[in-house]
Amino acid sequence: MEEELFSSGRNIPHIDPTLEVWHWPISIYLFLGGLAAGLLFFAGAVTILDKEKEYPTAVKYASIISPVALSLGLLALVYDLTHPLYTWQLYTTIRLESPMSWGAWVLLIVTPLSFLWVISYFSEIFPKWKLRLGILKKLESFTKKNRKKMAYALIPLSIILGVYTGILLSAFNARPLWNNAILGPLFLTSGLSTGAATILLLAKTHKEKNLFSRIDLVLIVIELGLIVHMLMGMYAGSEVQLEAMQLLVGGEFTLMFFGFVIILGLLVPAILELTEILGYKVPVSIPAILILIGGLVLRFVMVEAGQITRYLY
Amino acid sequence: MRYAMVIDTLKCVGCSDCVVACQTENDVPIGYCRDWITETVNGTYPNVDLEFKSERCNHCDNPPCVRCCPTGASHVVEGGIVLVTSNECIGCGACIESCPYDARYQHPDGYVDKCTFCHHRLEKGQLPACVEVCPTKCMYFGDLDNPNSEVSKLLKNRKHKTLAPEAGTKPHIFYLI
Ligand code: SF4
Ligand code: SF4
Repeated sequence: MEEELFSSGRNIPHIDPTLEVWHWPISIYLFLGGLAAGLLFFAGAVTILDKEKEYPTAVKYASIISPVALSLGLLALVYDLTHPLYTWQLYTTIRLESPMSWGAWVLLIVTPLSFLWVISYFSEIFPKWKLRLGILKKLESFTKKNRKKMAYALIPLSIILGVYTGILLSAFNARPLWNNAILGPLFLTSGLSTGAATILLLAKTHKEKNLFSRIDLVLIVIELGLIVHMLMGMYAGSEVQLEAMQLLVGGEFTLMFFGFVIILGLLVPAILELTEILGYKVPVSIPAILILIGGLVLRFVMVEAGQITRYLY
Repeated sequence: MRYAMVIDTLKCVGCSDCVVACQTENDVPIGYCRDWITETVNGTYPNVDLEFKSERCNHCDNPPCVRCCPTGASHVVEGGIVLVTSNECIGCGACIESCPYDARYQHPDGYVDKCTFCHHRLEKGQLPACVEVCPTKCMYFGDLDNPNSEVSKLLKNRKHKTLAPEAGTKPHIFYLI
């Protein structure tokens, strides 16, 4: 039996008794980053495949959300910094070993690009509004001409952005729950799936709804596979990983993880989408909203549970 | 040069003098600390074994906190000492999350703070405050690259351990056991 206690009355706020330096804004930021990555990926992919006419929601209407999501996400991130006046220090260096550093740079490229994308569709999205400023008008026609090029840039950038939201966490070897290689692909898949769900929610035509509910179904299956893979990996891991896994399976976060992420966020939408594809009438907004909630809860569970896990010594 | 600290757990009585000395020397805000004492009881009565340890940043050779820092505020200086430049730190907490020893904290002023091995005292040729003040003289500080230093000799002759070596950080606080 081993018992350890702090006899000097160690008391560091946010660190003892359990580490909690990252709060809800980080979870929101990871969710919004993933969502924007998903939306931009599909906008780019549809454009490259020359299917803009058939899938207008993916390229036009849903893509208004990405610059908003990215801006709100960045605000949330800065809100959680404790020394925010020095945020500009992020852009004085590029440190490739630090995911937060290259993530900050990727965001610096993706966010303006997402704005330019919306500007390129401005008069189609808001037919009643006119861009009065000469520069904006020029920008619109310029971006319209270069849309294909932007689309080619968006594909890799959105994938990097999506993976980054997971790698940000998995780079911390001190937190056993985060420190697994699945988190990058898992968060990317979840981000793509929330993106597809948003398009599904806003789509008007049956054709578009149908395509994105199929895409979503595939993504859900991949995501479930990745989650099983992650849990198995931890189950077969060292004691600290085993304890990390137990937080999700049987521990404090079980209800959130199984109830909201796996059952309501993945299994139920998958069943609903399957019935819809088989030809039964199901309002697509139900699975879409469930997926969005599941994606959000996944970020919250991972960020909060991860901070509890640590090395034992 | 490679600074290291060697702490004799057989001599430490857990008086917390080092904790108070550090708080005073480094103006650590009230309620926070850069070093702390743990008391570990092993076994069941009557075969119990009690160990006191004075813990702090391990000034790791492979410091994840430096690797994860997006701005370069966390950095390594001569002698392997890991420091934080407060006006480069954005307070993102990445380094806190990456430290397996929870050795860092967010200063109420926003930046991240931790043990510096009393870098300002070393520059003047003095020992870290905790080492200086220890009443049982259980802490030793010196250069591991010098085979004749007290720390090198102690590590050569005595059984010792580091904390969570499996984290791969190569800690440089050694505990004699
Ligand atoms: S103990 Fe923690 S803060 Fe100190 S160098 Fe190692 S990882 Fe960094
Ligand atoms: S909190 Fe400061 S020292 Fe720590 S990783 Fe962020 S910028 Fe670097």
